[in-house]
Order: sequence, then structure tokens, then C-alpha cells
Amino acid sequence: MEETEKNSEKKSKPSETVIHIKGLKKSFGSNDVLKNINLDVKRGENVVILGKSGTGKSVTIQCIVGTLAPDAGEVTVFGEEVASLKERQLKELRMKIGFLFQGGALYDSMTVRENLEFPLTRVLKLKDQGEIDRRVEEVLDNVGLSDAIDKMPSDLSGGMRKRVGLARTLIVKPEIMLYDEPTTGLDPITSREISELILQMQKKYKTTSIIITHDMECAGITADRVVIMRDGEYTAEGSFEELKKSKDEFVRSFF
Amino acid sequence: MEEQVIPGWKKWFEGSGDQIIFLKGFFRNMFRGGFEWSEFVRQCYEIGYKSFMLVGITSFIMGLVLALQLRPTLVNFGALSMLPKSLAVSIVREIGPIITAMICAGKIGSGIGAELGSMKVTEQIDAMEVSGANPVQYLIVTRILATTFMVPVLTLLGDVLGLLGGFIAINITSSVSVMLYFNKCLASIDFTDFLPAFIKTIFFGFIIGFVGCYKGYNSNRGTASVGLAANSAVVTASLWIFVIDAIVVQVSSLLFYR
Repeated sequence: MEETEKNSEKKSKPSETVIHIKGLKKSFGSNDVLKNINLDVKRGENVVILGKSGTGKSVTIQCIVGTLAPDAGEVTVFGEEVASLKERQLKELRMKIGFLFQGGALYDSMTVRENLEFPLTRVLKLKDQGEIDRRVEEVLDNVGLSDAIDKMPSDLSGGMRKRVGLARTLIVKPEIMLYDEPTTGLDPITSREISELILQMQKKYKTTSIIITHDMECAGITADRVVIMRDGEYTAEGSFEELKKSKDEFVRSFF
Repeated sequence: MEEQVIPGWKKWFEGSGDQIIFLKGFFRNMFRGGFEWSEFVRQCYEIGYKSFMLVGITSFIMGLVLALQLRPTLVNFGALSMLPKSLAVSIVREIGPIITAMICAGKIGSGIGAELGSMKVTEQIDAMEVSGANPVQYLIVTRILATTFMVPVLTLLGDVLGLLGGFIAINITSSVSVMLYFNKCLASIDFTDFLPAFIKTIFFGFIIGFVGCYKGYNSNRGTASVGLAANSAVVTASLWIFVIDAIVVQVSSLLFYR
């Protein structure tokens, strides 16, 4: 039933490419992390990137958001080549991209409310306190954490921190969401809840997402398409079910 | 042997270049719109108010000990009446600024280095950057300006408490009124004693904030880096304080005391 719903929704999605990566290469010293990455992500699509640790999954999304510059190749987001953008243009692009870090990366000297207000006042430059409060309460309600509004990050569990981190990235209504191992370090039940939350939020906010994970259940719940990385290159690509039936031993070792 | 020396120099030049770029980033963001007033005030409170007790007690004890140590020597020369003047000049010109700056380098510099280092390790700084916010304006500009503003204020308070310590020491063996003591102290220091000392505390405050921020903001990922950033912030800032002190004293000697 859920699968049918997902498929029908996929058919109705426009096919505009929002992220285009071609021949991406990145090295750190003598270590060639990315050798030749090619990827197109269409609007509204959820792409899961799988791969062993150290294969360059995080480096790929850091190139998308412009915190790392590629050595060769091009990364284009909304038709703009990230590496060629000036500071102001890069800032404007980043306002359209949400990035959920592995540990949530909550500002630990601020309460949950202040964490959520931070992008509204510093990035969107909102001044109206009523509007700020409304958006904070709305997004916290969406992630099911209305009661935690005045808590400090140190008072939250790992799963709650991820939810607040997700709320903080969604509050500016980004068009693209990048998730860096969103379920790492969580118990299986909370992992499933976070994966389902990612899917719900993707539907509600109509975002395009790239999800880096090792968690196959998370991949199964969230992925429209899965790409598998090996030694700095993509080795396989397809739907979760297709890859599950793959005859390639390396691909099957993930399932 | 040659291979070991060259990378060291290269690293030193690279580090110097990074610091100049960091400094440029600070000045560029300082004059950019949207100054973070609330964070600046919070930092002034954290840096100033919370360091006041430590600076106050240390300065008081230094004044007291200095008076007790000076007294026998001055008695030998029959110059006991010079005690308030000696105390005032040494505290205002040198001891007050240096003691305050060293305490601030230890307490504030390490605090800033560890805080920013830990923010780096837990990806909080990256989160600010990728969200489109300006971490330099929010974290760096406010902290450097807060130390530049608060270290001179703490030094002034430290000077007063140091002189009070001297007054208590003098009153252990003889009886001098508060008014007479402070009148003698104030009469013995003039503009040329106070101004260079005050100006150097502004530089001390700036270097404490700058080094703390630079070390924390550029620390590596990993928990050991947090400790390293804090430690390195204290050592480097302390060294710079003495270098600045030597330069300011030389310059002020040439200008005022010839």
C-alpha cells in the first residue's frame, strides 16, 4: 500500500534536475577520496547513498553545500556551479539547502527555542517575534517535540537531538535536504521513527533529499533510489528492491 | 636534517598566513551590518563579571605582598614615605596590567579556545556555516571585542584593589587614613603613567581574544584537539602579552620618560 502511494507520487514528480554532479574528483594529500562521481538528483526525489566508511559519501555532500571545493569536475545546484559562486551567492544557495549533521550539531549554549530561532533571525532576518514564535512552535509540533521547547540540548536524548536538528534545518523551508547518517548511534526503534519522520517531512515540505546512511532499514523506508559507492566511485544504482536482488556480491553484502 | 627544518618553517609561514587571513576576516565582519549586540553583551558578562573575583583577589594580594616586601627596603633607605608612590607607580604601570592579562589569558583565553574547539568538534560551527549564518560575526567578532573591552576594565578594577591591598599592608604596622593614602597614591601618578599602561591593556585584551578564537576556530576534529586548542591559546597569548608589554614599555619610555 505504502509502496503504491510512493510510486504514484513519484510519477507525478516533475523531472527537473536540481543537483547535477559530473566527473567529481577530490583528494586529501595522496588519498584520492572521490575519483569519478556522476549523479543527477531530480526535484522531490529521495536518493540514498550507501558505502563503506571512508569511501567519500560525506565529502560528496560537502562539495554540494560548498564547504569543500572539488579538485576536478562540476557540482551544479539549481543550475549554479557551486565552486564558482561568490560568498554572497553561496550564502543565498545555502539558504535553500538544509544539512542534518550526524550528531544534530545543536548549539549547546542555547535552549531548543533559541536553536530554532537562530536561523530565522540570522539567516532569514525575521524581526516579527509573533511570526518567529509561530514558526518555532509549528516545526517543533511537526517533529513531535513541543514539550522540549525550553530544554537545553544536554537534557535531550540522542533521538530528540536529531529531531530538533531536523526541525532547525526545516524551519527555513529548504528545497534540498542533505542527511549525514541520520540514524547513526540510535536504537532500532528510534532509528525507524527518525527514518519515518524524514519521509513525512519530505512529503510535507516537498524537499529533494540526499541521505547518507549505513542503516538498511532507513534506506528501505526513505529511498526512491539508492546509489552504492565503492573506492570513490558509484558502483551500483537502482531502487532498493532492485539492488536487494543484485547478483553483485559487494552490493548484496549491504542487504 | 635539512628535510626536518624546512617543513617546520613552511608550517610557521602557513600558520602566520592563516592568522593574517583570520585577522582580515575579523575586521571585515566587524564593520559589516548586523552586529550581534546581545551576544557581545553576554560575552562581556561572561568575560568580565565572572573573572572579576579572580582578578580582584589576585590583585589585592599582589598589592598587599608588594607593600610588605617593599617596606623593609624603604625603611633601610629612610624613604618609608615613598611607599604609596612606589606602590602606585608599580601597580598602575606594570603589575596591574600584567597580572590581569595573565589571569585573563589563563581563564578567558583557554575558555574561548576550548569552547570554540568543542563547537568545531561537534560540528556546531559547520552547522552555522552551511545554514547561511555567519559564524565569524556571531562567534569571533563578539568574543574578540568583548575581551578588548573588558580586559582594560578589569585592569582598572584590579589596580584599585591592588592599591587597597597595599593600604591594608601599611596599616598592619602603622596607621594611615584611607584618604591620605589614596591622595598620596593619586598624586604620585600622572597621565604618562596611566595612559601607556591603559593602552597596552587594550592590546592585551585583543590578543587574548584573537588567539583564543583563532586556536579554537581552527582546531582539528577530535577530543584531544579541544585540550590542545585551550592549552595553545594560553601559552601563545601569554607569550604575546610579554612581547606587547616590552614593545609598549620601550615606545612609552621613548615618548614620555626620557
